[in-house]
Amino acid sequence: MAARDPVIVGVGLSDYPKAPDLSAVGHHAQALQRALADCGLEKSAIDGFLSTGGMAPGDDPVTLAETLGIEHRFIDGTMVGGSSFEFHVQHAVAALRAGLCETAAITYGSDYLSRMGRALGTGGGRGGRRVGGPMQFDAPYGNSLVGAYAMVAQRHMYEFGTTSEQLAEIAVGVREYAGLNPNALYRDPIGVEDVLGSRMIADPLHKLDCCVVSDGGGALILTTEERARDLRQPAVSVLGAAGGMTHWNIHQMGDFTRSAAARCAPEAFDQAGLTPADVDVLQFYDSFTITVLMLLEDAGFCAKGEGGPYVAEGFLRRGGRHPLNTDGGGLSSCHPGMRGVFLLIESVRQLRGQAGEAQVPDCDVALAIGSGGWLSAIGAVLLGRGGNA
Amino acid sequence: MEVVKGVDWQKPLPEPDPLYSVFWEAAGEGRLLYQLCPNCGHRQFYPRPLCLACGADPEWAEASGVGEVYTYTVVRQFGAPPFKDELPYVVAMIALPEGVQMLGSITDCDVDAVRIGLPVEAYAIAAGDGIGIPFWRLR
Repeated sequence: MAARDPVIVGVGLSDYPKAPDLSAVGHHAQALQRALADCGLEKSAIDGFLSTGGMAPGDDPVTLAETLGIEHRFIDGTMVGGSSFEFHVQHAVAALRAGLCETAAITYGSDYLSRMGRALGTGGGRGGRRVGGPMQFDAPYGNSLVGAYAMVAQRHMYEFGTTSEQLAEIAVGVREYAGLNPNALYRDPIGVEDVLGSRMIADPLHKLDCCVVSDGGGALILTTEERARDLRQPAVSVLGAAGGMTHWNIHQMGDFTRSAAARCAPEAFDQAGLTPADVDVLQFYDSFTITVLMLLEDAGFCAKGEGGPYVAEGFLRRGGRHPLNTDGGGLSSCHPGMRGVFLLIESVRQLRGQAGEAQVPDCDVALAIGSGGWLSAIGAVLLGRGGNA
Repeated sequence: MEVVKGVDWQKPLPEPDPLYSVFWEAAGEGRLLYQLCPNCGHRQFYPRPLCLACGADPEWAEASGVGEVYTYTVVRQFGAPPFKDELPYVVAMIALPEGVQMLGSITDCDVDAVRIGLPVEAYAIAAGDGIGIPFWRLR
């Protein structure tokens, strides 16, 4: 490895899935403290800062930098929804390589469950108001976040014969891993019939096809391979990082069966010189079961339209070819509004061999793919055991 | 396009905007508009200040007011009134023969009868201030 190759050296999670004593900013701070303790760096070493912000008072990137006391040389506030953190890795990598900073922190924090309750994704506060921008071509019709994804699922079923049973397999497999995570919001095992028997939220998505709502936060610390050599934890290499966006509003998704992952995942693989066959564990954004199916096909793990049969083979399950969301995912463990940071942190835990009972044997390569908006902005990050591992 | 008047509109309304308001005001008069580029012929919706294909200034064109269901969902849970009081209802993407797609809602039907590919026809609900909001019915 070259001296300025970027590596992830520290990760930290804040208390989840419910932490009524923490504000959103409190989650940022706690996750950052734990990430620093993880790698043994002082906070003063951080000179690059990346965060989305804008979801709660005081959590915009510049206010956060002030609150956390980070005197940054490099700052990035990219906000493309739940995949923002995969984009942040791409940007931190470029900044580290270019010498714009030496050590970068990515932080996220949310108190959604404690402050907003559990109705996210099924609407609220949309009657009788004026709506500006392109959302005005959506808002008069009572579309919901779940409804947008449901329209994607409906089209996928129509074109390829995908079934509700196949989608349910994804939720069942992720719940199996949640059972191994003492912090997961839902841990009881479920079967396909439980998913199909759960309440229909927006056809064809049932309640158990949808992610949970939680509190939570996470932080990552990246630095150069050279600086990582004497730190506490084995460094994790960023082998590839690419992002792409096809639309923002769901009504501008021209083809409801393809996402930007079809472009950015191959880019990440090209950077790494790897193919899907080389990946040992998947951390895919599972806002809804259909999200996983779309990312799986678009990233090249199976042909377009064959995601349903592929999932039904059990390839994503524990012990399968490509185990999925080993922390219990957004479907069962934790989804505080934007989940992308947790995909990266769980990838790092797997590559360090620190995932406990959920550890995937001989885990050398992890693929995290985040989805922001309505399958709008996709970020793919390939991570590998490397550096001083 | 039929314009239904006398409805007490409680749903979100578009903010007045120099570009978008042309569409809503035309719908209030029974005309369903999309944009057509005089330079390259590209058709687009929602309205933009430039042609998405070539960057020229697009012009308005009137759609026939028919289409078919590209995809849809039946919303069965929604937190806020008045939508909460109308559950279940259909939200759909409608493909127009003019080559553009519009998000909308299909009304006056058995929600479980909606399928991809079914033909639909537009109507508008007068929502005040001369604005019309397009909706769709099965043909």
